[in-house]
Amino acid sequence: MEVLDQGIGRIFTDPDADKARAFFRKKSRALVPKVMTVKEAVEKFVHDGDYLCIGGFGANRIPAAVCHEIVRQGRKNMGFAGHTSTHDFQILCAGKVFNRLDIAYIVGLEARGLSPNARRYMESGEVEVSEWTNYSMSVRFKAGAAGVSFYPSRNVLGTDTFKYSGGKVIQCPFTGTRYLACPAIYSDVSAIHVHEADIYGNCRIRGITVSDLDVARSTKRLIITAERIIPNDEIRRDPSYTSIPYWLVDAVCEVPYGSYPGNMYQEYFSDEDHLREWLKVEENPDEFKKFLDKNIYSCKDHFEYIEKNGGMHKILSLREKEWLFKKARD
Amino acid sequence: MADYNVMELMICTAARELEDGASIVVGTGAPNAAAMLAQKTGAPNLVIMFEAGGAAALVPEMPISVGDSRTTWKAVMASGMCEIMETCCRGMVDYTFLGGAQIDMYGNLNSTRMGPDHQKPKVRFPGSGGANDLASFCWRMIVMTPQDPRRFAEKVNFITTPGWLQGGDSRAKSGLPLGAGPYKIITNMAVMDFESESKRMRIIAINPGYSEKDVQTNCGFELLKAKKIVENKPPTKKELDILREQIDPYRYVIGR
Repeated sequence: MEVLDQGIGRIFTDPDADKARAFFRKKSRALVPKVMTVKEAVEKFVHDGDYLCIGGFGANRIPAAVCHEIVRQGRKNMGFAGHTSTHDFQILCAGKVFNRLDIAYIVGLEARGLSPNARRYMESGEVEVSEWTNYSMSVRFKAGAAGVSFYPSRNVLGTDTFKYSGGKVIQCPFTGTRYLACPAIYSDVSAIHVHEADIYGNCRIRGITVSDLDVARSTKRLIITAERIIPNDEIRRDPSYTSIPYWLVDAVCEVPYGSYPGNMYQEYFSDEDHLREWLKVEENPDEFKKFLDKNIYSCKDHFEYIEKNGGMHKILSLREKEWLFKKARD
Repeated sequence: MADYNVMELMICTAARELEDGASIVVGTGAPNAAAMLAQKTGAPNLVIMFEAGGAAALVPEMPISVGDSRTTWKAVMASGMCEIMETCCRGMVDYTFLGGAQIDMYGNLNSTRMGPDHQKPKVRFPGSGGANDLASFCWRMIVMTPQDPRRFAEKVNFITTPGWLQGGDSRAKSGLPLGAGPYKIITNMAVMDFESESKRMRIIAINPGYSEKDVQTNCGFELLKAKKIVENKPPTKKELDILREQIDPYRYVIGR
């Protein structure tokens, strides 16, 4: 197929579908319990240099405990999919975890403003970047999930986003229409937070799924954190709710309030006071270092972090806020 | 005449663009406020979608994120990024409201960086997010932004999101879906559209209290002028009451 134009951005992951098939051929299909702590899961499945994806949408249904643990364990030189990433990106920047980055959305926390520390890191020249968009990253995961090496899309063409991407312009063999060819991402490791999972990794997600179903299918190793573990009988009682099957999953970690300080659909709203404090304290690097010591480095796990920021009283108010109960709004 | 600020005026102007039964993808902040106002005034059947997956929500209060729980409140579907973007690419979404750090005369937007070195930018912004996708796919892109000569630039530092690209038929030749593109630019001072041949930005309405000269002085490139430039209508008391009491009681957006 003739390439009509191409971007100068580097492609950080190998899009070769046969190499991916060779990996997936050997991935275990055994129905075995995979329950472990977040600490164990990160030790076992997240390595220096790996290309990482984080599920959810920035500060909504994010595996916050895994992001903290990656920073706590000091992972370095990773690649990262900066796709719909906001607070997750902010956490990973605090640990300077990655040095190469596919960008769709970074640095910002939507209506909350921009992260001063993430901006400093991205303006330092320490991170190699390729430009993409939310949808083009989504279709790159989709290509991986489908077991092909690229996927065509009709965005990005004609812009500087294209010029700095790793995309190529091709022509449809049927109509002659120009398309952007987006290379598949087969990531090394991903983490996704879900509402419910059984001990084998069968998962249920409520609310929006963002790109997570394709992220789960295109990644080589998958860590699941779940609000609660449910019996396998419940999964089998009605399999129509299962959106991630167990053979994709390598670790299952029960982490109630695992998206905190992010939002979790029909469970709890985001802790806006804490996120505001985080953005504010980043303005002063010395203060930020103390803040990270308190909230990440000195914490044993996610529950100690929540305890330090209001514990169950805070969680209860966020649960009320999620449902727009009167008390929480006043 | 009712007393109002420029943010309220921009939101009311944008809301009036949306006809009943239309579909739109919006971001947080002013775009969302405008869509909510339209739904509570002239367009009760407006289909509001969010790129993260929320579809046809009855948004109860201002979302903080386009993926938070407010974006699926009483919605008909909680889906995902591909579902929403594919709906746009298929041609079923009429409008999108966007912003950006910089805009040029063809409606191209920069939300990526300032400075010449891409790997070490002077200022790094978030990047496209879904903006490039929505501007590529939705039939009519409307931009809401305050106006000054730096923001309305002769040349943007980086084309993150496509407008009419280099004008004329350049967008059609690029391969982006035919017939979609920038429709209107709503600022604190004026409303602009794009001249049909050159695709250059053109003044069509001026907000109360501003002159053509104000609009041109606060723009870094030469604006075309429509044959007849009208005075934009101020917000009505009803619009302002709904906006202030129901949509943004905490003044997150209208207090800016």
